[in-house]
Formats: sequence, structure tokens, C-alpha cells
Amino acid sequence: MTDPNAAGGLSHVGEPGEAKNPADGPHKPRSLWGDAWRELRRKPLFILSGVIIVLVVVIAIAPDLFSSRPAGFSDLNHANEGPSADAWFGYDNQGYDVYARTIHGTRASLLVGLFATLLTVLIGSLVGIIAGYYGRWVDSLLSRFGDIFAGLPFVLGAIVILTTFNAPDSNPSEFRIIAQVVGSIAVLTWPVAMRIMRSATLVAKQLDYVKAARGLGANTFRIVFRHLLPNTIAPVLVYATIALGAAIGAEATLAYLGIGIRSPVVSWGVEISDARDYFQNVPHMLLFPAGFVTITVLAFVMLGDAVRQALDPKAR
Amino acid sequence: MGRYILRRLLQLIPVFIGSTFLIYALVWALPGDPFAGKCGQRACPQPYVDMMTAKYNLNDSLVVQYFKYLGNLFSGDFGETFSGNSIGQMVADAAPITIRLAVIAVIIEAVIGIGAGILTGLRGKGFLDNLVLVSTLFLISLPVFVTGIVLQLVLAGQWGIINPSVSADATVGELIVPGFVLGSLSMAYIARLTRASISENRRADFVRTAIAKGQPNRRVVGVHLLRASVIPVITFLGTDLGALMGGAIVTEGVFNINGLGGLVFRGIQEKDGATVTGIVVLLVIVYLLMSLVVDLMYAVLDPRIRYD
Repeated sequence: MTDPNAAGGLSHVGEPGEAKNPADGPHKPRSLWGDAWRELRRKPLFILSGVIIVLVVVIAIAPDLFSSRPAGFSDLNHANEGPSADAWFGYDNQGYDVYARTIHGTRASLLVGLFATLLTVLIGSLVGIIAGYYGRWVDSLLSRFGDIFAGLPFVLGAIVILTTFNAPDSNPSEFRIIAQVVGSIAVLTWPVAMRIMRSATLVAKQLDYVKAARGLGANTFRIVFRHLLPNTIAPVLVYATIALGAAIGAEATLAYLGIGIRSPVVSWGVEISDARDYFQNVPHMLLFPAGFVTITVLAFVMLGDAVRQALDPKAR
Repeated sequence: MGRYILRRLLQLIPVFIGSTFLIYALVWALPGDPFAGKCGQRACPQPYVDMMTAKYNLNDSLVVQYFKYLGNLFSGDFGETFSGNSIGQMVADAAPITIRLAVIAVIIEAVIGIGAGILTGLRGKGFLDNLVLVSTLFLISLPVFVTGIVLQLVLAGQWGIINPSVSADATVGELIVPGFVLGSLSMAYIARLTRASISENRRADFVRTAIAKGQPNRRVVGVHLLRASVIPVITFLGTDLGALMGGAIVTEGVFNINGLGGLVFRGIQEKDGATVTGIVVLLVIVYLLMSLVVDLMYAVLDPRIRYD
């Protein structure tokens, strides 16, 4: 009776999907996520973004399915040629096939986004949940600590970090530069995840069942993982989806400034960075990878937006 | 109210010191010889090294260096670059351009964003609503440099309406397109924020009261509804003005604008620590002060909020 989800479930009684599925009849109230899933399945934006994301992930896993040419394929005779039946996205100034490179660059770009988001969300959630749970001076201390990083403008901070650890003329290894890009994105954006987690924890902490659990003598570990986390994870996951898109965009922006990932790694950002000095005359060199970045980011932002709306009972 | 401001100002101090020290440490604690490549192809002469070491306090520990630097800064002395140019003068030349760019960006995003938000918030679901929703999602996904380059290629390259790069004086007219590019992301956020806030407040009791007592529709929307709905938007705009000044690096790069962003980017590439720290400190101060101002404006705009 006190279960808020039951009320949410009842309001949907009588809709066409309800009767066909005996598994979630009126006696079995769906969870918040079950409700959200039903809501999402009917949204065109969610379906569209899901299709794009699945496609991008398949490209990242098996790029050879989509491009018969390897990323290193180069034919200088065709350098700077525009799009044609032979090379869909044209050739760049080095004679590389832009389509092949864009397809093969998907994996690195997606991985950078994924790891940067994971790191951001893990650090942010951990600090946020500690700040929200313990409150008082721990909260003040951690919040001010977060403000320090939030006060630095993102692009500026990333430039300083990346140039400090790699002098412009040095030649760092592939792994190192990817790790640095991921690290600098995470270091500068974790306060956002922390604030979301902190405010969700502050609300959840006051709920009766958490007080009851504490009254029954549950230890901190159990309260946090059994009771708080399942109720605070939703807003953070929504943020993570959007942040994943933003991190892919950030990788491209840093590359455009010439301080991100560099060759021999192939990523969308690297292509954009290679195109920086030539795009005035060879615009397709830059526009195709940038288009891939935009569409991928768009898919993640749309997904996050749709999930947020589905999880928000007020919006229904 | 006075006590609240004081408490907030005190809280700003550790944040300010933390942010600026972080940058200072990153810039000055670089591994390697700070004089490498500063004197062309040969090693720097010893008197020059001694002079510069004394000037930047390089023999002190990092913390002492930092506080000496901060002391100079607060007495109005930004110091000099390695080549002896006054950083204060460089900042004074570049800052007005960046401020102008950021203000134009904020005006453009406020006008278009709030306009689109009000329109869709009042109308509710429909074609216009979907159009604005999709275009805001698209703007959010578009990296700023892509917007900049595409507009530059089309408007300057294909149609020849604008010059591809902005001249040295950077007049308001020239900055409109860069301002639009810089503000495009926030414009999308503002449109969505306004829309959400309007459609929530539209059903609020005070709006119903205003309609019931016979206020004309213009007054209900323009005064009652808008004043309550605009609060989160103002907050966003305030912090955004600070954030845009720091985020202008990319836009300034695309359009060749000689603002703070270009200055700091050159400073980083030439390893000129004093320039970088000076400008970053300035930007952090602007950002922190703007967020304080925004907090205080809450109380002015919404009489329900009291800080005592």
C-alpha cells in the first residue's frame, strides 16, 4: 500500500499492452525500471537512438564488416579527391580513404568515451555518496573539494593538463596519451556526477526504510549498497548516458586543438586533428568524422533524455 | 543577508586557492628545464638564468612561489612574460574582446533560448514543440568547433557574407556569428529549461489567481508567469557568462579572434607559465564571483527565498 510504484502501475491499467502480458498483471506492481521500460518502448526518439547506438557499437566491434579497406589504406594518386563511388567519403591529403578511417576510428572514440564516463561516474558517485551519507564537515570538505575542479574551465583545464604531461614536441606512447585524455576528462567533470549523487543520497537518507534499516542495526556498508544505491543510481545513470556522448565530443574538441589523441591511433578525433590545417580546401576531410561524432553524441543525448523522462513520474 | 554574503565569500577563498594552486602547480612544476629553448639554439647565458630565476622565485618551494605570485597579483601586478612583455597590458588588450564576445553570446542565447522556451512552454505538445526539442538535442550534440567551422565554411566561404576571420578591433557586428557559435550549446539548454519551467508554472495557483481576477493575458504571462519561471534561467545565464569566457578558446581559435583564449593557448604552447596562470586566475575569479551573484539574485527574484 505504501509502495509508490503500485500507484504508478495502476494508472496504466486498461492500456493495450497491459492485457496481452499476463506476467505483469495488476497484482504484480512493476518496478520503477519496469515502468520506465514500458514507457520507453513506445518512444520514437528512444528507438531511433537505440538503433544508432547498436549500429555504432557493431561498427566498433567489427569494423571490417563495414569497410573492406584497412585504416592504413593509402593511395596518394587520389589525395584530396572528393566523395565518389570508390571512396564514399573521399580521400584526405595523405591519400587515406576517409570512410575506412572513420569506420576504423569508431572503436577508439567509443572506448575513450566509455572509460572517461566510467571513471567520472565512479569517482563522482563514490565521493557524492560519502558526502551525502556522512553530511556535516565531511560534506562541506568534499563539496568544496569538488568546487575546486568545477571552477576550472573544462577546455582550459584539459589543455593545461595535457600539455603539462606531454611537451608539444615529445612523442608519448599510444596507451599513455589515451589514458591522459580519459583522465583529464574525468578529473574535470567528476564534480557534476558527485553533485547529482550527493543530492540523491540526501533525499534517500531521510526515507523511512533507511531509518528503519539503521534502527535494525544494519552497518554502513549494507545501508549504502542495499538501500541507498538502488534508489540513487537512476539520476546518475541518466547523467552517465549524456556524459558518454559529451566525452566523445570532448575527445574530438581536444583533438581539434591539437592536444588530444594522435597518430598512429585511429580515432574520429585524430582525423579531425589531421584535418585541422586543410579543411578550408578539403572540407570533407573534417566534415565526415565530425558528422559521425555529432550523430553518436546525439544518439546518447537522446537516449539519456528519453530515459530521464521515463524515470520521472511527474512527466507522465 | 549580510551574514550570508560573508559566509559565501569565506567559502570562496579555499576554492579559489585550490583551483589556482592546481593550475600554478601544473604549469610551474613542469618536469624539465624551464629555460629549454628560451634563447634560440644555444643554452641561455648564466646571468639571464639567474635573473629569471630570481624574477619568478624559481628557487623557492612551490607553495612559497605560489603565495609570492598571488601577493603580486593582488597588488595589481600580473608580472612579465619570458620575453619581457607586460602580461597586465596583454590582458588589458585582450579582455575587452573576450568580454564583448561572451556578452554577445549570452544575449543571443538568452533572446533565442527564452523565446523558444516560452513559445513551446505555452503551446504545449505539437509540431513546434517537437521541432524545438529536436533542434535543441541537435545543438547539444554538435561540438562547438564543428558549428564554428561549418558556419565559417558556409557563410564566409560559400556565400561570402562574413569575413572568415575577425579583424583586430573585433567590432560588435563581426562578433555576432562567433557569439552565436559560442552560445549555441547554452541556447539549447536555456530553451529546454525555460520550457520546463513555464509548463510547470502554467498550472500554478498564482497563475490561476491572476487569470481569475481578470488580468489581461499579456500581464499574466509577462509578469506573473515569466517572473517565476525565469529564475532557473537567470541562474544558468549567470554562471554561463563566467564559463563562456573560459570556454571561448575554441571559438576564438576558429575565427582568429585575439581574445583571452588565444592568449592563454599561445602561452601554453610557448610554455609561458606567467601568462597562463595570470589568465586562469582571472577566469576563476570571474566564474566564482558570477556564481555568488547568481545565488544572491535568487533572493531578489523569488521573495520566498530568504538567506537568514
